[in-house]
Amino acid sequence: MRINANEIEELSATLYVRALKLLPGDIKQGFERLVREETDATGRAVLGTMVENIAIAERTKNILCQDTGIPIYNVTIGRNVIFDGAAMTEAIRRGCARATREAPLRSSVVHPITRKNEQTSCGARIPIVNFDFSEHNETVEIEMIPKGSGSENGSFLQMLIPADGASAIKRFVIDRVIECGGRVCPPTIVGVGIGGTSDLCMHLAKVAATRPLGTECADPEGAKIESELSQAVNELGIGPQGLGGRSTAFRVHVEVAATHITMNPVAVNIQCHSARRARVVITPGGMAFA
Amino acid sequence: MAHHVLEMPVGEDTVRPLRVGDMVTLEKTLFGIRDATLIAMFDRAARTRLDLKGHAALHTAPNVKAVEPSAENPARYAPICVGTTTSMRMERFTRPLMEREGVRIIVGKGGMGAQSLAAFGEFGGVYLAVVGGAAALETTWVEAIEDVDFEELNPECLWKFRIRGFGPLLVTMDSHGGSLHRDVNAAAESRRDEVLARIGALK
Repeated sequence: MRINANEIEELSATLYVRALKLLPGDIKQGFERLVREETDATGRAVLGTMVENIAIAERTKNILCQDTGIPIYNVTIGRNVIFDGAAMTEAIRRGCARATREAPLRSSVVHPITRKNEQTSCGARIPIVNFDFSEHNETVEIEMIPKGSGSENGSFLQMLIPADGASAIKRFVIDRVIECGGRVCPPTIVGVGIGGTSDLCMHLAKVAATRPLGTECADPEGAKIESELSQAVNELGIGPQGLGGRSTAFRVHVEVAATHITMNPVAVNIQCHSARRARVVITPGGMAFA
Repeated sequence: MAHHVLEMPVGEDTVRPLRVGDMVTLEKTLFGIRDATLIAMFDRAARTRLDLKGHAALHTAPNVKAVEPSAENPARYAPICVGTTTSMRMERFTRPLMEREGVRIIVGKGGMGAQSLAAFGEFGGVYLAVVGGAAALETTWVEAIEDVDFEELNPECLWKFRIRGFGPLLVTMDSHGGSLHRDVNAAAESRRDEVLARIGALK
């Protein structure tokens, strides 16, 4: 299967707008669960407003949240796919800028020092394009994540040491969730990276934060921490928007990598309740949005 | 718990009686401000030609569309999606906004800190909490963009919105030292050790 750059440009533009307008099914189901379980009156009212917003966005064909985020494209290339990686990256960039111009969308991207906004949602190294590979024959997947900044500002890394143990990892997560309070737009998905190098650890936290609800950490020890922390964060009483209640997080997600004998790194990256993602799968038979 | 409808602008006598837990709906006019707007106004001494006295300032940077000027869109922009951003980044600007520009109400998400709470007490102001991320809903409360200043900062301009039924919003910080955000955070802190002990992570 050969990948055409023009098609990728078109898809990249479509995915950005789709992600901003349509909340994934797993997050909608997550809301249904939280609404059932929430006992606090303010918490219930806030969740009700969030659910109402999802319906209004669909009805008025508007974007869910004004934050168009930092655009991230995760590209997964299967076997027997012929593609020009450089052309593909350029096509994604053009698609991202085109969506911003044509929708139009707020460009939320600026130069980090001059703070200049090019009004394209693009800049140096942005959009972020991650390439990965899979076993699937003649298949390309593109996932688009507009990562909101309120929750992205809830990002932390701590290079713990082996003597601190796993309990320090759990303590770090709980303390950062308390520190963030309502600023990260709870109910959230708390992404936790454990192990690796500092950069891999942080990346794992992002992978965890953007993983669909209902999925579990592949590492059994990570999965154990995942369910312990998921229960623990919802006993803090922070609640939706930090105004009190049970629903502080949909879930805590953990991703694990091996690390060095001297190291015990932990990272936190938070995803807000508007946990937006859009995905397309391209095969020789055509393409399907998911 | 009372529900107040405030036709903006308002005086101190209207805002002082508001208490944490009250509901407020804003009518008529609302200003939009953001990090870059405030940095320009207070760190770089930019002065706005717009009169903010007695008004409410929303922490926002909207999605807008450039349009031909008309009676409906006099400022040449139509609102597409107007939402609310995290307020805490703008903590050090609440006092100068109130003191120099006469702003009386801050509308935001996630709450603000001790400096803002002190300013609300001193000048007679409140913080109204929007449900962050519910911008499609919030946009239905915005009728038009009436004016815009510091246009070069787009989308972080100073926006003047014409609003209808903006709310109901919860008062979460008042002029009497009340702060729901501080109380929720303190409660979470007080539960910390117990929660950690339950998962064997206290030490």
